[in-house]
Amino acid sequence: MSEVVLLRTGTANLASVAAALRRAGAEVRLSDSADDAAGAERLVLPGVGAFGAVVEQIDALGLRSSLVERITAGRPTLAICLGLQVLAAGSEESPGADGLGVIPAKATALPPGVRSPQLGWNRVTASSRCNLLCDGVAYYANSYKLDAIPDGWDGALTDHGGRFVAAVERGPVLACQFHPELSGAWGQGLVERWLEAV
Amino acid sequence: MLLPRVIPCLDVKNGRVVKGVNFQGLRDAGDPVELAAAYADQNADELVILDVSATPEGRGHALEVVRAVREVLPLPLTVGGGVREVADAEALLEAGADKVATNTAAVARPELLDELAGRFGCQCTILALDAARSGDGWEVVVRSGRDRTGRDALAWAAEAVNRGAGEILLTSWDRDGTGSGYDLELLAAMRDAVGVPIIASGGADGPGHMAEALAAGADAVLAATIFHDGHTTVADLKAELAGLGVEVRR
Repeated sequence: MSEVVLLRTGTANLASVAAALRRAGAEVRLSDSADDAAGAERLVLPGVGAFGAVVEQIDALGLRSSLVERITAGRPTLAICLGLQVLAAGSEESPGADGLGVIPAKATALPPGVRSPQLGWNRVTASSRCNLLCDGVAYYANSYKLDAIPDGWDGALTDHGGRFVAAVERGPVLACQFHPELSGAWGQGLVERWLEAV
Repeated sequence: MLLPRVIPCLDVKNGRVVKGVNFQGLRDAGDPVELAAAYADQNADELVILDVSATPEGRGHALEVVRAVREVLPLPLTVGGGVREVADAEALLEAGADKVATNTAAVARPELLDELAGRFGCQCTILALDAARSGDGWEVVVRSGRDRTGRDALAWAAEAVNRGAGEILLTSWDRDGTGSGYDLELLAAMRDAVGVPIIASGGADGPGHMAEALAAGADAVLAATIFHDGHTTVADLKAELAGLGVEVRR
């Protein structure tokens, strides 16, 4: 049974993520230490709240370099919702706050005229090159988004007032705009595949 | 395209489901964990738990229920009832809720919505609004309908969204429990008043009523009795919705 470190970066739905990991057979340990962020065999970066508050918390805990290094090195990491956006360089939500910059893009707001926040089930349309992601329907809770799959990553798109990133993957690094832990049997399957990914 | 949600609601008191539950195939029809697992298997899109306990002991049971339901539920979980302070919401979120709904306490102290949204985000902050027809509009009722506030329901919803509510759980007090369908005029008026998702509640007796509510502007439809009484499953109901031309997750 693999141990997964669930990073406590402040307010997030940690209990939901932990329960999904346990249902998939993992042992879950909550941590906010830089040693764990660097050394954990598998790491989950959850994210609920505001972009600026989360990156501030990441810096306050001294996690930034550990996270950048493990993702750049392709070590098993799952980022969820705001966790995906934090991989970018910045966000319209919190101008001036620096993201991890692993993805050279800026998160943008959902366009005017569509329901925001997007709270509900929407499609996931995966590129055929994906190993972890597949087509499905997933639960989203977001007001901001990444607009394109970055070079060097594979991924999936969704559409809510225009197409945007549903998830990206690069080896065992998986970052989802949707919440796999809340996406029924389909989401549970994705969590299980990530737990096996090397 | 965002798909409409079908949401069973569990009214829980002292840790037990209390509202007319007669669910076939369960050992114990009042067990919220068994019901939650059954609804998840039937492809429900979300689950709402409303804690109607009136005592501190009851509230403690509600946290245990949320913890136990979370272990089996791979769906979004919204919990309401008794949320008066940020600390109440935090306890529910730590127990396993994804969203927290507040009703009477937000009417009494609207700043609660700013505090919840500031701390947990607007996607986590749900306004439960009970509306009753009054003149040619609707007024807010609180304390489970015992008190009429004289406040205009649409104006209150708009204020709540400005303060940070990310979703409205809108119950028609006139229709609740009648089986005569959702208040479609209320839904349409609310759709014009706010840009956030609306969950329609109160009055559903079947897929026809749900399709009407979605056409009137609801993003999600909530029901309790029609699921608990065992006469239909969420899966069957969604199949009927699809037959009515509503695209649903199946």
